[in-house]
Amino acid sequence: MKGPASLKFRLCGNFFERYEQELSIFETDFGRLCLVLGLTVLFGIVPFVTEAYFLYILVIIAITSIAALGLNILVGFTGQLSLGHGAFFGVGAYTAAVLSTELQCPFIIALPAAGLVTALVGIGFGLPSGRLKGLYLTIATLAGQFIIEYVLVSWESVTKGTRGIVLPFPEIFGISLDGDRAYFYVSYISLVVMTYIAVNIMRTRYGRAFVAIRDNDRAAEGMGIPIFGYKLLSFAVSSFYAGFAGALWAYYMVSITTEPFTLMLSVEYLAMIIIGGLGSIPGAIFGATFITMLNEILRIVTQMLMNTGFLEGVELTMAPLREFAFGLTIVLFIIFEPRGLAELWRILKSNVRLWPFSY
Amino acid sequence: MDFFLQLLINGISLGFLYGLAAMGFVMIFKSSRVLNFAHGEILALGAYLFLTLVTWAQLPVIVAFLLSLTGSFIMGFVIERLFLRPLIGEPLIFVIMLTVGLAAMFKGLILLLWGGNLYVYPDFLPGWLSLTLGPVTVPPVYVAAIVIGFVFLGIFGLFFKFSSQGIYMRSVADNQQAAMSLGVHVRRVFALSWAIAALVAGMSGIILGIISGINVHDLSAVGLKVFPVVILGGLDSIGGAIIGALIIGLLETFTGGYISPALRDVVPYICLIFILLVKPYGLFGLVEIERV
Repeated sequence: MKGPASLKFRLCGNFFERYEQELSIFETDFGRLCLVLGLTVLFGIVPFVTEAYFLYILVIIAITSIAALGLNILVGFTGQLSLGHGAFFGVGAYTAAVLSTELQCPFIIALPAAGLVTALVGIGFGLPSGRLKGLYLTIATLAGQFIIEYVLVSWESVTKGTRGIVLPFPEIFGISLDGDRAYFYVSYISLVVMTYIAVNIMRTRYGRAFVAIRDNDRAAEGMGIPIFGYKLLSFAVSSFYAGFAGALWAYYMVSITTEPFTLMLSVEYLAMIIIGGLGSIPGAIFGATFITMLNEILRIVTQMLMNTGFLEGVELTMAPLREFAFGLTIVLFIIFEPRGLAELWRILKSNVRLWPFSY
Repeated sequence: MDFFLQLLINGISLGFLYGLAAMGFVMIFKSSRVLNFAHGEILALGAYLFLTLVTWAQLPVIVAFLLSLTGSFIMGFVIERLFLRPLIGEPLIFVIMLTVGLAAMFKGLILLLWGGNLYVYPDFLPGWLSLTLGPVTVPPVYVAAIVIGFVFLGIFGLFFKFSSQGIYMRSVADNQQAAMSLGVHVRRVFALSWAIAALVAGMSGIILGIISGINVHDLSAVGLKVFPVVILGGLDSIGGAIIGALIIGLLETFTGGYISPALRDVVPYICLIFILLVKPYGLFGLVEIERV
């Protein structure tokens, strides 16, 4: 196992001798190999063999994954609950829309700009609550959700109210990005970059400070971590992710209205990270995938039931069913597997790795 | 002037309703430190239960009222037993997310069972309940709301002051471990506080339903309005919740009446942000001072 030349494939325990090993992203070279293979398949094969409908779902998964990653940094790593993520997503979407239509801002600048504006809005709502211990941020973000929704609907001169805004087709360096395949590349490259950033934030002093605040805020303060600043920073980072994802979504949807950015969307994001696994980077992606699939499956099932006339005369719409399903999955996961799909994945992996003696 | 008085009356009765809703919320927060995001849905369940008993089962109003209060009480008990008991000892953030999940679940369930239409109760309040104050008449519903608000405030005041269960509840709120070591059955206190909170919520749901009709979206929005109310009053003060509720109720009706109806539902939240900035522990909340 020693020596730089030897490759590590399977470990059946922790053999850390230095702190750098603990901090390393990949424990084994097998993990690196998997990542390279996965990325090759993702970018080289997937966009060419999947149908347009599945490509659309994949793009949605990538965009929601980015937003869920942001929320997981706040909730899973810093231990602050946000109920305004849906509204922040909307702020990002509208910033991108306004920037691209009113100011003719290019796509590649509009995305991070939307993220930054959203982060600033987030700081605005985080400021009052950050001074307090406990879960006051939850309540402030709840207020933020309603205030932002109201502003989006009634600030007609900018947001065009309920009529919505139509965005131009995105372009990067003169290459037009219309069509699902081109957008697939944009969204997945963004996802990879944002995941890379998130993974590395969590390995720096900032990430460790977030985790310290989550685990015990008094102890963290005692060790000299300025809680207020770090809570606010975490909230700003999380809002940045939401805004960035919102901007991507706005460009992909082409036209946006104020409708989707409700409290329900915030709850949906919360469901994603709970189902995926709090405090886990892959968890956010698992959760986003799970919820997006669940959405699609519910849609198909309700359509089927309507078409077959199985529920004749019963007013079956999708919204309540979705809401019920999300609520139920949140509740079940919290009670039975609070660490989510990421934990199940870890157990599965270690069972495979340690087979046949998986204990 | 008439308009002003009408708004004043409406604001006060709306405030009492928020106060009733907030009372249950504060009760849960005081005993278990849980912010209950499903409060509005519990409220709505009470209202729908009453609706079903009155219109579908055709029970006499008073029987239906008592039955739906009992139903809400049992529901609170069951919610605590099924969903919150397994989480005792888990970090608080999980419990709060659980209530967010419960809220979505109940809302979906209500929409599936009853649909999103607006229902109204049959008119059953006697006409003599209406008051005439100079030029303004107060409809019977508002009088009933104010009377019931006062009655329940009194009952709960006495309950917390003198009954043994009430004293247990206060002791658990004050210091869970100390209470446990003195022989207070903490789990029973949790169960009881959820049951009572659900009962109060169910009752305020019924009154709200009488005033403005029964619709899940409106009722669950009331459950969220509780947050500005309790933050203004101080999260752990029942009296503060009532005063906060009156202020928020008045603020809402006056904004709706004089500025713009669209702003009406947002004003409590703007107020909430300001309170957090200026007086974060509210008017009557316990200020936690902590030095590290």
